[in-house]
Amino acid sequence: MLKNPILEIRDLHAKAGEKEILKGINLTVFPGEVHAIMGPNGSGKSTLAQVLAGRDLYNVTGGEVLYEGRDLLALQPEDRAQEGIFLAFQYPVEIPGVSNLYFLKAALNAIRKRKGEPELDAMDFLSRVRQKMSLMEMDEALLNRAVNAGFSGGEKKRNEIFQMAVLEPRLALMDETDSGLDIDALKIVSHGVNALRGPDRAIVVITHYQRLLNYIVPDYVHVLAEGRIVKSGDKSLALELEESGYAGIEEFAETAQ
Amino acid sequence: MATQLTSIETLANQEYKWGFVTDIDADTVPPGLSEDVIRLISGKKNEPPFMLEWRLKAYRQWLKMKEPTWANVHYPPIDYQKIIYYAAPKTKTNQPKSLDEVDPELLRTYEKLGIPLHERELLAGVAVDAVFDSVSVATTFKEKLSELGIIFCSFSEAVQHHPELVQKYLGTVVPHSDNFFAALNAAVFSDGSFCYIPKGVRCPMELSTYFRINAKDTGQFERTLIIADEGSHVSYLEGCTAPMRDTNQLHAAVVELVALDNATVKYSTVQNWYPGDKEGKGGIYNFVTKRGKCLGANSKISWTQVETGSTITWKYPGCLLIGENSVGEFYSVALTNNYQQADTGTKMIHAGKNTRSTIVSKGISAGHGQNTYRGAVKILKGATGARNYSQCDSMLLGDKCGAHTFPYLEVKNTSSSVEHEASTSKIGEDQIFYCRQRGISTEDAVGMIVNGFCKEVFRELPMEFAVEAQKLLGVSLEGSVG
Repeated sequence: MLKNPILEIRDLHAKAGEKEILKGINLTVFPGEVHAIMGPNGSGKSTLAQVLAGRDLYNVTGGEVLYEGRDLLALQPEDRAQEGIFLAFQYPVEIPGVSNLYFLKAALNAIRKRKGEPELDAMDFLSRVRQKMSLMEMDEALLNRAVNAGFSGGEKKRNEIFQMAVLEPRLALMDETDSGLDIDALKIVSHGVNALRGPDRAIVVITHYQRLLNYIVPDYVHVLAEGRIVKSGDKSLALELEESGYAGIEEFAETAQ
Repeated sequence: MATQLTSIETLANQEYKWGFVTDIDADTVPPGLSEDVIRLISGKKNEPPFMLEWRLKAYRQWLKMKEPTWANVHYPPIDYQKIIYYAAPKTKTNQPKSLDEVDPELLRTYEKLGIPLHERELLAGVAVDAVFDSVSVATTFKEKLSELGIIFCSFSEAVQHHPELVQKYLGTVVPHSDNFFAALNAAVFSDGSFCYIPKGVRCPMELSTYFRINAKDTGQFERTLIIADEGSHVSYLEGCTAPMRDTNQLHAAVVELVALDNATVKYSTVQNWYPGDKEGKGGIYNFVTKRGKCLGANSKISWTQVETGSTITWKYPGCLLIGENSVGEFYSVALTNNYQQADTGTKMIHAGKNTRSTIVSKGISAGHGQNTYRGAVKILKGATGARNYSQCDSMLLGDKCGAHTFPYLEVKNTSSSVEHEASTSKIGEDQIFYCRQRGISTEDAVGMIVNGFCKEVFRELPMEFAVEAQKLLGVSLEGSVG
């Protein structure tokens, strides 16, 4: 018997101001799957991630998104997060004066509250955090530093995946997590993500480069161009793209219009 | 624990208030100010002649003074002849009969702050009979303090029992002629706190109003005098996080601190007087003069304030650094929401050699709030090797509020160093979205970001105060974003 999809995107259109960026996205993601979304700059990859997370900079002008069968677009961003959607940001934000640990505890407890679970006490929380820190090979000193403040680009990205590991989302969206990472950091991040793969969780990896997909091997690869998914396939599609580049894809998108 | 302290404080003070009312209910003086009124006040308080003389001197000076207009605050003219300068506190008939008659907004705030029900009634000024054994609590503490030779009492008591100390120090930091509001206070002040820490004594507890049963209901014109003798140490807490209902619109308090050789005074304030309604109507005008004098070598005076209340705040706690190697500190969080206006900052006057001062000011503006930092750092000629560091950060929430910074620097000694850093930031949509994406509500996100912004100041507060202050900021900012 087939499982129900975690995410169903149907003919999704979205605008930033007057400009239409998403022009009819269709995508279905089942539990346990890892999908990679690739595409050239400006194709709408990050917009898709932000729209799914509920950023109000974008107006959804058509289509629908179902998350676990329910209307995702009707939910506030914090409700989506509490329901298990996690976005690893392309540009993680700094929050001066708020420690990583405090921030993460507030987030985790907000999610637990939604599930009707009691708040984690300090000891349980710390042991969970320590375990995930070692997974991400992070220095514990980072816990007491302010959220992303003064972090290097690589540390910020690693911190995103660390948060993801602690919060254990059902649907993880990773927006160009690989950009700005050197090869060692890339391996560590990928290791962390792979450790999160599981039958109940789905991961959508947005990336410009095939490189990441050598480490996080996707079940499906989609190519986004001009606000539409123009091609889908298995992991071999990513390799194909690396050889031919996006040029051919863009032509394809233009003829499709 | 923290709320419990507040509870004791409130109850203690309230009980006194009503006791006081019944005593002198018949004593009311017609509105307006004259020498006769001052004589009457002094007479009722059974003051020695030097006090009356001092009050009259202040009054005569005040008559020649003009209300200051340089501050970046705006309010309708105050008619000083309409104010009642000696009045018994509100009688029970003026008070709400039950919580049903109290502003629901205020009640909601109490709920958010987690104040127990019986306490809410007291804070809102509902006429209830407090049944609470505050006297014994106070007595226990007082005994402990007096064993160490610490004097901690109401100003009136000090005038009666320690007139020599009062006469020696009163007006030595904030003279009767200092400014318009300070002169008015000197002429008519009704009561306040007095504290003397003898030589070499380290006060074993934070002194706060919660066991000072006699001096809270001082109405509009409160006066505090704290003297730390050589080598002593004291930490004093003023205020309460719960908004107090008060029908006196004008408050003009004076605080004087004196630190002798090697003495330290730490003065922490949480000010949350009624800020007015959403349109800014009905809030308190808070015109306060606070100053400390580091008279002795190696002395230190540290001001920490969290100002979230009042519709208008005009306040510049400063330090006169006279003794060699003396240290002045000012840590401030001022928050203005709705139509609140705050013009606050500090004055650090360096007179002695190798004196040092630190200023950290955090201004937060939301709604239509206007927040001004005004600070003066003066390095006088003799202040060889003096150093100052100032940091003024402003945070804006929304686009209808304002943040203003007026730092004044006056350096007359070339061996000194003065540093000033300032920043203005807008609470970012990006920051809020980031928090929301992690499951944190907008309201909590704003509270978290603002508290992070104020962290450097909060860590200067005594522990239980810091916890309350954080909660208070969140509540004060409700509805300001989103």
